[in-house]
Order: sequence, then C-alpha cells, then structure tokens
Amino acid sequence: MPEPSDPEKSATSGAAKPEVRAALARYWRSNVKIMISLLVVWAVAGLGCGVLFADALNQYSIGGYPLGFWFAQQGSIIVFVFVILIYCCLLNRLDRKHHEELEQLRREGKA
Amino acid sequence: MIAEISVQVYTYIFVGLTFSLYLVIAWISRVRDTKGFYVAGQDVPALANGMATAADWMSAASFISMAGIISFNGYVGGQYLMGWTGGYVLLALLLAPYLRKFGHFTVPDFVGDRFDSNIARLVAVVCAIFISFTYVAGQMRGVAIVFSGFLKVDITVGVVIGMGIVFVYATLGGMKGITWTQVAQYWVLITAFLVPVIAISIKLTGESIPQIGMGSQLLGEDVHLLDRLSQINEDLGFANYTAAFGWDHQLLNMFCVTLALMAGTAGLPHVIVRFYTVKNVRAARWSAFWALLFISLLYLAAPATAAFSRYYMIDSIQGKTREELPKWFNHWEQTGLILWFDDGDGRLRYSNREDNEVFQSGSGSNVTLTEDYKFDGKLVKQNETVSIKVIQIDHQKWIDKVGGRDWRPVLTQQKLSGPDKDIMVLATPEMAELSNWIIAFVAAGALAAALSTASGLLLVISSSVAHDVYARMINPQASEAKRLLVGRTVIGLAVVVAGYFGIYPPGYVSQVVAFAFGLAASSFFPVIVLGIFSKRVGTIPAIAGMVAGIGFTGSYIIGAVYLGMEPWCFGIEPTGIGTIGMLVNFTVTLALTPLCPPPSQKIQDMVESIREPEGAGQAVVIEEATEH
Repeated sequence: MPEPSDPEKSATSGAAKPEVRAALARYWRSNVKIMISLLVVWAVAGLGCGVLFADALNQYSIGGYPLGFWFAQQGSIIVFVFVILIYCCLLNRLDRKHHEELEQLRREGKA
Repeated sequence: MIAEISVQVYTYIFVGLTFSLYLVIAWISRVRDTKGFYVAGQDVPALANGMATAADWMSAASFISMAGIISFNGYVGGQYLMGWTGGYVLLALLLAPYLRKFGHFTVPDFVGDRFDSNIARLVAVVCAIFISFTYVAGQMRGVAIVFSGFLKVDITVGVVIGMGIVFVYATLGGMKGITWTQVAQYWVLITAFLVPVIAISIKLTGESIPQIGMGSQLLGEDVHLLDRLSQINEDLGFANYTAAFGWDHQLLNMFCVTLALMAGTAGLPHVIVRFYTVKNVRAARWSAFWALLFISLLYLAAPATAAFSRYYMIDSIQGKTREELPKWFNHWEQTGLILWFDDGDGRLRYSNREDNEVFQSGSGSNVTLTEDYKFDGKLVKQNETVSIKVIQIDHQKWIDKVGGRDWRPVLTQQKLSGPDKDIMVLATPEMAELSNWIIAFVAAGALAAALSTASGLLLVISSSVAHDVYARMINPQASEAKRLLVGRTVIGLAVVVAGYFGIYPPGYVSQVVAFAFGLAASSFFPVIVLGIFSKRVGTIPAIAGMVAGIGFTGSYIIGAVYLGMEPWCFGIEPTGIGTIGMLVNFTVTLALTPLCPPPSQKIQDMVESIREPEGAGQAVVIEEATEH
C-alpha cells in the first residue's frame, strides 16, 4: 500500500548527501525546461492562434473552417491534449533516468 | 400526444435505471476510514480517475449550457472551450504531480502546511467553500431544468430527489463511492451528448463525424454550413458566426476571460482534489491526460452541436405559421425556454432587431413592469412583477385588436429576447427527430452531468470543514470515527443548503459562476504555483498576495454586477477580471518576498521533497504501477 509521503522522512531531507541534492537539482532543471517549452506551445495555440491572431488566421481555411475560428473551437483543444501527452511521456522518462541515477548513487554508497 | 407520453415514460425508465446504478455502486464501494472517505484510499487507477475527473469537471453548465452559449455567440464562445480545457494543461504541468507527491487531503492543507500558517489555511478554506457553493447552486439549477422540462415534475420535488440521491452515495461511499459513480456517470453523459450531435450531423451534411460535418457543405446545397450560418446571422442582425476580433477591447476582453477561466480551472478545489486519489506521481500525470482526453470528446463536439442546432433552429421556425411550426417548438414553448410574441402577421420572425418575435420567460418567469399598467382593469404598478403568462394573454389581445398592448419592447428591454440558450442542447434530439428513447437518454445524461459535479463539490465542502477546520484547527485529537461522523454531517448540511439554492436560485447565476472562477484564479492558482516553484516565498507575502487578489477581484465583480459600477479596468468584464486579480496576486507576493524572511529549513525541505519524484518507499510503488 502506498503511503502519502511524509516530507520529513523523504529521500532529500536537509541531511541528504550533496550528490543526491545535485541529482535532484539536475532533475528539476530539466523538468522546468520541458515545462516551459510546453507552456509556450500551450500559449501560442490557445491564446495566440485562438484569440490574438485569430482575425489574421481567418483569411485561411482548413477543412471548411476559417483557420482562426478553427483554432478557437477545435485546434487549441487538440493541441492541449497532445501537450499533456508529450509532457507525460517526457517526464516519466526523466523520472526513470533520475531513478537510475539515484540507484547508482545508492550502490556507490553515496546516498 | 402518444409520442409525448412515451418520452416521459422513457425518461422515468432511464432516470430510474441510472439512479439505481449509482446507488448500487455506492453500496459496493462504501468506506469506513477517513482516507477512503476523502481520497478514495489513494488506489484509484489513472484511467478510472481520468473518467471520474472528466465527469466531475463536466457540469450541468458544460452539458446543457455551453453549446447554447457558443450557438448564440459563435466565435467568442470559443473562450469557454479554450478556457476550460486549457486550464487542464496548467493543472497537469504546474500542479497535479506535485500536489500528489505532497500527499495530504485537501488544497487548504497544502496552503496551510507550505506557508506554515493557520491564517493561510483559513483563507484557503473560505475560498474553497465559497467556490464550491456557487458551483453547487448552478448544478441544482441544472437538475431543476431537466426535471421540469422532461418529467413535468415540480422543481422542488426534482431538486429534493436529486439531492437525496447525492446525499446517499456521498455519505455512504465518500470519495471512493463518488469516484466509481462518476465513472458510470461519465459514460451516461458522453453517450447522451454524442448520439444526438452525430444524428443531426448526418441529417444536415451526410457526415457521421460531427467535427467534419461542421466544416462540410449542406446536404443537397452548394454552400458550406459555416458560410451559410454567418450569412444568416448577418441577415438577421447578429454578429458574424466565425469572424474574430481586430486589435480592440473586445479582443482584450476575450483574452482576459480565456486566461481567467484557464487559471480558474487549475485552481478549482474539486478538480485539484482528484489528483490526490491516484497511486503515485506518475499516475497523477496520466490522470490529467486521460481526464482531458475524455473531456475533449464532449468539448470538440459541443461547437458542432452549437452550429448545427442554430442553423436547424432558425431554418425550422423562421417565417412559419402556428400550424407549420415543428413539434419541438410547441413542446419547449410550454417550459418558457422559447416563446412567440407575434406582431400580428401570423408568421414567426427571429432577429436581433426591433421586429424580433422570439422571446424567453427568463429564470423567474416574471416580468418587471417599466410603467403602471392595467390588466383587465387590475392595476399593476411600475417595478412590480407580473407572470409571463399574464403578459402573453395581454399580448394576444393586442394581436386580436381587442385591447392589450405590444409587449415586445418591454421584453427586449429586460433582455428576454431570443430563446433560452439551454434549449439548444435539450431540444437538439427533437429537432433532429430522433427516437423517443434517445430524447429521454439526454435527460439522464444532463442529470448525470449535474449530479457528478455536485457530489464532487459537496465532498470538497465536507473535507474543508471536517478536515481542515475541525481536525486540523479545532480538535486535532479527534478520533477517526469522530472525524468521519463530522464529515458525513457536514455533507448532510451542505446538501440542504445546496438544495435551497437550487429551488430558489440566486440571481445572475452566470455571474456567480464567474465569481467562482475569478476567485480561484486570483487566490489558489498563484499561491500554489509559487509554493511549488519557489522556495523563497514565505508566509506573509503569500497571505498578502491572496488577500490582495481576492480583494481586487471580489470588489470588482460585486461592484460591476450588483452596484452598477463601470468596468473601469480597461473595460474588462467581470468574467475576465480574474486574470488581472491573478496578476495582482503574483505582483504583491513577489514584491513582498525580498522584504520578508524566507521559510524555515523544514518548509524548504518539504518543497524539495515535493519536487523529488521519488519519496521514501515511493520508488518501489512506481515500478509496480501496472496501469501504464
């Protein structure tokens, strides 16, 4: 049974070894990088193409829809679903890498 | 008449069947401890949690009203589609995995622990309760509409039945019962929504996929549906259906509303709490994905429902005489969602100009008089209200030229022109002339949407009071059994209050909901994001930021909606002001942070542990998670 983690007993408490802290810092930097790139896609598709540039995009058309209108009522939602899918895949891979790194440290007796 | 009766019989059958299903599920998954009660024992698979989240999120507003709003507003309606789905991206990327790692019960719990302050906890509890109640009131109104529209049951009886069902399965099963019931409710509501829109798409364009049908040409004609719709809208004096805005204040408004809905969605307590119910961080991420995927099935179809039903509605009633009007018009005319005030030529005319003849009875079915008037010799004074039925009789006299007066200008002035937006979804199956059982199934779907959201919200209210206030602040030594009892009692009380709001809805329901989103965007969202992504932000800046955000947003909405204040802030409507409130919150918090001491080492370690995807004992569980 998974227990809710107790912050004070967690792997990276204040007493954690510097190698472990460094591994978490690296993990966190990659995480933030992935997050920001995906949020840019989110903003461009939704607030950009669906609102700010919708008027300009409306002169083109896709499948019988004016393009700006399509982004506001269809395209942005499709992009959102894919943004979360990509985030899940990338982050779960990053988690695995991080897990292996910690295992490595544990084997070397540094954690 | 025979057909009418059998729709009602079918509706009773479907509503009866689905309600019994919900109760059976609740009985099977009943719980005995607080953990099962609040977070379903944290062992719900990601896929099931995604469905439950989708049902929780898609309320009566999504099911009944959203397609109608898009139908009447065209392009601008996209702000709701983008706002309510885009919020999930924020939720998945910025909040869900970290809150799951934090691993406690509620949002106020996180705020209180991260900022190490019971004041912060209390502010968060008050926000959570207020947001949840405004939302529940909306759901109960949805239940009432379905009961009165389909079953011809008195609204009070309808609300009492609905609340009774929610009460039983929420108190019995807690979060666990609610979660599995919501999975069932998801399938009921999505089927009920998709079947009619597919049918009407085939009827109008020959395409069985509505999203393709919407971009296609009309069957037997050489013109695209959307082009025809824009043409009709312009001919009748409405805004072009697909046209977007140039760089003006309408664009700014849409931008603000969209962003406020996005941040508000991410900050809504009943949505956030869902991510506490899964096994681990990884499952929390997948839950967010599944949730949005399931939600998108409805949200991608809603614009199609909107466009089809608008075209179909206008096409089937414009210029028709009483005898030529379709059956659905006569049916829904009885509910007051659509009314015809003729100008005397015997042909119906729907437009956005003075010659419009289509009206609605509004939520109260009463009209406030603008001047003294005598009905059959009985004087009614200015500002007194009269039933819409009396107005109809008087208007008919005017048509027959035996006294009475033309009431259309008064109704127009009271914003009662045009059909009620809710009719677009509710009447679509009848417009498409679908079988009676499908029409009845839509009623069950609308009820599923309303009840699933209501139950999730009631649990948030209960957990906020029983867990955050009672167990954490008033009586920390309370036993498990006592906490559970308090939790169940609070749900009972909340059901009664919510039921009251359903029977006597507060005025301006849509503005009240705007209030909920504005508050969530300007309070929870910034404080949780900063709590996770900054180790430096301490107690005082966070509380100051929340208070400033809520204060600004709250006073702006109250001023603009109730006190007749001009929307002075760049002309932004109350619905969109949450965006500015959120900026105020971020600015105040970040400006005060360098001036205040950083949080203690214990709190900083807690933030680190939230970011760390593997906690003590968690690594093994991640490997064991088999659902992906």
